[in-house]
Amino acid sequence: MGKEMRIVLRNADKIDPNSIDDYIKAGGYRALEKARGMERKALIEEVKKANLRGRGGAGFNAGMKWSFVPPAEVTYVVCNLDEGEPGTYKDRTIVQKDPHTLLEGMAICAHAINSKKGFIYCRGEYPYVVEHLNRAIDQARKKGVLGDFDIEVRMGGGAYVCGEETALIESIEGHRGEPRFKPPFPGVAGLWNRPTVVNNVETFANLPEIINRGYEWFASIGAPSYPGTKVLTLSGDVVNRVAIEVPTNTTIREVIYDFGGGIRDGKKFKAVQIGGTSGGFIPESLLDTPIDFDSMRDIGATLGTGAVFVMDETRDIVDIVTRIAKFFEHESCGKCNPCREGTFRNFKIMTKINRGMAAAQDIENMTLLCKVMQKACLCGLGQAAPGPIVTTLQHFRHEYERKLLA
Amino acid sequence: MANFRDIIGAFKDKPGGIIEAYHALQKEYNYIPKGAVAEAARVFGISEAQAYGVATFYSYLATEPRGKYIIRICESAPCHIAGADQVIKAFERHLGIKIGETTPDGKFTLEFAECVGQCQETPVVTINSVPYVGITPEDVPAVLDKCR
Amino acid sequence: MVTLTVNGRQIKAPRGSTILEACRLNGIEIPTLCYDPDLRLAGSCRMCLVEAKGRPLFLASCVAPAEDGMVIETESPDIVEARRIVLELLAARHDFSCQTCEKNGDCKFQDYCYRYGVKDSRFTDGGRHVYPIDDPNPFIERDYNKCIMCTRCVRACEEITVARAINVKDRGHNAKIATAFDGHLADSPCVFCGQCIMVCPVGALTSKVSAGKGRAYEVDRVLTTCTYCGTGCTLELNVKDNQVVGVTSNRSEEYSPVNKGALCVKGRFGWDFINSPDRLTTPLIKENGEFREASWDEALDLVAARLQAIKESSGPDSMAVFTSARMTNEENYLAQKFARAVLGTNNVDHCARL
Repeated sequence: MGKEMRIVLRNADKIDPNSIDDYIKAGGYRALEKARGMERKALIEEVKKANLRGRGGAGFNAGMKWSFVPPAEVTYVVCNLDEGEPGTYKDRTIVQKDPHTLLEGMAICAHAINSKKGFIYCRGEYPYVVEHLNRAIDQARKKGVLGDFDIEVRMGGGAYVCGEETALIESIEGHRGEPRFKPPFPGVAGLWNRPTVVNNVETFANLPEIINRGYEWFASIGAPSYPGTKVLTLSGDVVNRVAIEVPTNTTIREVIYDFGGGIRDGKKFKAVQIGGTSGGFIPESLLDTPIDFDSMRDIGATLGTGAVFVMDETRDIVDIVTRIAKFFEHESCGKCNPCREGTFRNFKIMTKINRGMAAAQDIENMTLLCKVMQKACLCGLGQAAPGPIVTTLQHFRHEYERKLLA
Repeated sequence: MANFRDIIGAFKDKPGGIIEAYHALQKEYNYIPKGAVAEAARVFGISEAQAYGVATFYSYLATEPRGKYIIRICESAPCHIAGADQVIKAFERHLGIKIGETTPDGKFTLEFAECVGQCQETPVVTINSVPYVGITPEDVPAVLDKCR
Repeated sequence: MVTLTVNGRQIKAPRGSTILEACRLNGIEIPTLCYDPDLRLAGSCRMCLVEAKGRPLFLASCVAPAEDGMVIETESPDIVEARRIVLELLAARHDFSCQTCEKNGDCKFQDYCYRYGVKDSRFTDGGRHVYPIDDPNPFIERDYNKCIMCTRCVRACEEITVARAINVKDRGHNAKIATAFDGHLADSPCVFCGQCIMVCPVGALTSKVSAGKGRAYEVDRVLTTCTYCGTGCTLELNVKDNQVVGVTSNRSEEYSPVNKGALCVKGRFGWDFINSPDRLTTPLIKENGEFREASWDEALDLVAARLQAIKESSGPDSMAVFTSARMTNEENYLAQKFARAVLGTNNVDHCARL
């Protein structure tokens, strides 16, 4: 089995996640202290140069994101723990095993943008994680490690779209989780119209070690354009269905065979979908691609959240994509026309194909619809929803054609 | 039973706290009663139409009565290939209801769910948000017994 | 000012304009459904998409800022294709009963389907919602089978009238405009002002009072001032065959400076008295317990003579003048002037004092 490199999960299974003392003994909250001794600009510069790119899926340079925040009296730090991508359980794993690394990361960001208040938006499916976090926050408050920065946990209500940062903000504000148009970006006008930084759990959790060890250390790990590690969660027909943390230049093949232990029951590999349910399907021929953001984009796939969903030779691609199309139909917020109607129509057409009732024209219609959705939808959900259809039509078209009416 | 006014009132100073209030209401009633939607609108200074819009947007929130045990069966892709369909059928058979329905005794409600973030062992069901992983159709009676 | 290139032509617009504003200012028409200049922006219908050089995604021009040096195409093949798909997707949920629709000829959705040649949708494998048309109120017909989910009605209700009677319920393809608990308007805070009808781009919201009385292209629009109160709202009488068949809003600042098209239930729906056979058309004088028709001269002479007689016999303070909020400020001023200068009394009152 290959070797992991643990930055985010450095304390996992080594300390008691319910004990702040354990975390402090392991060197915790030292980075925050160091950060607080730094000029804000220098701190932002440090994170920018580390080239820590968003781990939630968009891959935007975190330091850059922070640098857009104008000087303001009230600013907010928001942590995205809405982990809704099927096959993803990394943020839950990070928080359950080491909640303080998240809190410390958020506090470092708070110092950089001069914020007194943070929110963790935790998905409604994780009430036990909310409890766990509240315990940790309570301990941190009592220890006084967060200083004048306070963190509140808010629980989502079961809406995948709230993983989109502006929908998440709307939800914290108590509204329907419908994405806003951008600009303005949250960095300028976010939560209650105040400058707001929204980052993923894993992004924040990287910060303590970046501050402790310096940007050069971090920037030298893994792929140069997307340095560091990535927490991946394995699911589907793979032997080891676990969360792992590996350098970003690790290849997909290494992930599945070295860390995942290969395909279950001695079967052969057919496809892997990476990055969550909106990710592209990847065939055998592309398995030697490194998992980093840009390499994945170059093959028409995504790193996304780092979910690795493996399918063996017996799996019916069209059936799985039909199920995925249903997911998007269910999770579209309904605000913009191409997503609301498009996800619905994709599901209808996929169902028709899956039942053997479709003609070649249906595939053509769906292809055109997907092409428009990718460029016309208001937010990332609608833009990404066609991904599985488009990539499976590219790599597994024969499976579709096999099901068409003669 | 706690009064819904008190439940909502506890969140009145939280800006945007209506969703938190709805969660608290569901903990007590398993759904959000009509009067509570109106009261929440008043407390949080939004229209009843908007409060209703919020309550109906989120899949975890319900504005119709549900059973004491809400069984949600994940049918996202990783659970789907692991046989979620068979697990759904087993629950439907054992409870004598279809997905989306509540048993006549008001005890169980069956719902579809999308990913609940426990994909390391699929299929997954949650009962009142507590996850049960790697469930097979054969496990269903034992899982239900835990609620009885 | 910013300078941008649109469809190969250089245009200028004030800094801070959206692309849509910049284009419209320069006579370049971009289709819109959810956009309304008087309402907060939604950016959701995706009809106003344009292509900007160097941008991977289409931009919704109603919300995208016009930036210096932008190179934009508003009718490129890709954009036209995207608009067609958006229209076809809407067509798949829309009840195309244009023949009997009140909005026929005045419907933006119909206009754009015509403009982009959308006769049919390729996405018609079922799944169209069928909503009952059953709101029993006497004023507003709500037919959500024609709704395209632009949410202009929601925004108008919240922002212009501030009744906040409606919102969006549920999500995704099931999303629908609804009152709280998806009930009837009469059970909501709706005040039946009909601003939702004013902003609806399709036939989902129409006037029950005008139903079947004439299409938009059959009526003459006569601007007038509402007589119900002193506010002085401009309204547009819809006249067909010399009969008033409806009232619509004129939303221009120039012609409708007081209300910019916004009306109340009386102004928008309460016009049936105009053609009512019960309406008085001449003064009536009561003699021996019976009314008879009279001329204005005869009636005014009678009133003047009687007022004079009362003033002489009982003094001016035996009379009082009571005026109505249906008159304008100027008319009310004249009425008190008449009381003081002609009748000689300070006994003046007005219904708005209550």
